[in-house]
Amino acid sequence: MPSTPRRTSLFDKHVAAGAKMFEFAGFQMPVQYEGVRQEHMAVREDVGMFDVSHMGEIETSGPRALELLQRLISNDLSQVPVGGAQYGVICREDGGVLDDLFTYRLDTDRWLTVTNAANHERDLEWWRAHARECDAGVEDRIEDYAMLAVQGPRAREIVRAISDAPLPARMRAASHKLGGARVLVCGTGYTGEDGVELLMSPADAPALWDELVRRGATPAGLAARDTLRLEVCFHLYGNDLMIERGPIEAGLGWCCKEDTHFVGADAVRMVREAGPAEKLVAFAIDGPGIARQGNPIAGGGVVTSGTLSPCLGIGVGLAYVPAERSAVGTLLEIDVRGKMRSAIVKEKPLYRKGS
Amino acid sequence: MADASYPDELLYHPEHDWARIDPARPGEATLGITWYAQDALGEVVFFEAPSVGLTLSKDEPYAEVESVKAVSDVIAPLSGEIVAVNDTLAEDPQLINEDPYGEGWLVRIALSAPAERDALLDANAYSAGLGG
Repeated sequence: MPSTPRRTSLFDKHVAAGAKMFEFAGFQMPVQYEGVRQEHMAVREDVGMFDVSHMGEIETSGPRALELLQRLISNDLSQVPVGGAQYGVICREDGGVLDDLFTYRLDTDRWLTVTNAANHERDLEWWRAHARECDAGVEDRIEDYAMLAVQGPRAREIVRAISDAPLPARMRAASHKLGGARVLVCGTGYTGEDGVELLMSPADAPALWDELVRRGATPAGLAARDTLRLEVCFHLYGNDLMIERGPIEAGLGWCCKEDTHFVGADAVRMVREAGPAEKLVAFAIDGPGIARQGNPIAGGGVVTSGTLSPCLGIGVGLAYVPAERSAVGTLLEIDVRGKMRSAIVKEKPLYRKGS
Repeated sequence: MADASYPDELLYHPEHDWARIDPARPGEATLGITWYAQDALGEVVFFEAPSVGLTLSKDEPYAEVESVKAVSDVIAPLSGEIVAVNDTLAEDPQLINEDPYGEGWLVRIALSAPAERDALLDANAYSAGLGG
């Protein structure tokens, strides 16, 4: 990790907006502006905007690009049309998860994969190592893109207002002009709300940020991004996903297509057939208290993410527990810094619109 | 949240706690966390008051305050026994943000070593230490 944290092209905007900055994956990122809860509710009820330019991009291209991606990514990219998007994980041979990521098919032989910031360099090496056996173009594009996530019930409305064409549907992506800038508009997100993610040249990001703020987007920090994703039970790499665990126990079997022979497919198939020893469950604390990452669970298991849900008003989280104790309704006892707190295994997602 | 403030009449512990000793009742102190502490923590969403009767040792944690994103120990600026706790914080923990020196007080203690107050900082010395 570089000794001086990097700044995104929106650093000055964050500081001017009064953000608290913190270092994350080698970048100085906004953790919050006015307050986590207010930003969280802006996304649920109106529209919020996140700078996620720390995320990495890898472009895979050429006639063998699909073949390479099928080898690297757990899902079946042959099912993705041009202009489509797909979520998947990458695994080691032993099935341990190296990253979880979205891939967009920009053209027949051109794909863009968005990596987690902390994993980008490792992913890139993984891509390049496998490209030696399967000759496809692999390009690091992290410097070429800034990324904004505009999320919430009014997100599409404010982005559409400055777009030269209708926005892509969910899980689709298309290149549009927004204001004067060429932007890859993606119908994806990490909040459980409708919205878009925008990839553009870093030089174009500040003007676009200002324009969307003018149209009502509330700047939201990574703390709100975390509470939003946790309420809808989206995984966070480094918390809920890690090399030591596989996709089946994480509940990501749906995006693993072993027949594509991705790296780790054999290990994943074995776990799928035998059943995982532990499973990632959603829980809610029954009573006061907030469980946090690392809190152990009586009888085995550990909390991997925990917070107070701003929408539900209670402590919630994700935890790995022994498979036999993973059924919805199971009572868990979580050791929260020496105090035992009762929790109940809940259905995913923890929060649903209108609940 | 209002702007930073460090009232002159309080004593401060470098771990971002304050103590108020009313001259009329020199054997007791009211304790809380400073503006700096609540600002660093963000919106407080949970405070479980310790029990009346609990013994506090200076420089040791006696409670936790939690924001959405983090949990933080509260350090005792002075030693003593808890004689009152702020029950309203169970329902309204954000009072710690809104009024850290008033409605957001945490506990009141009967001092067991009143001379310890001499080791605490005044507002100038405490706020000077926040410079970095």
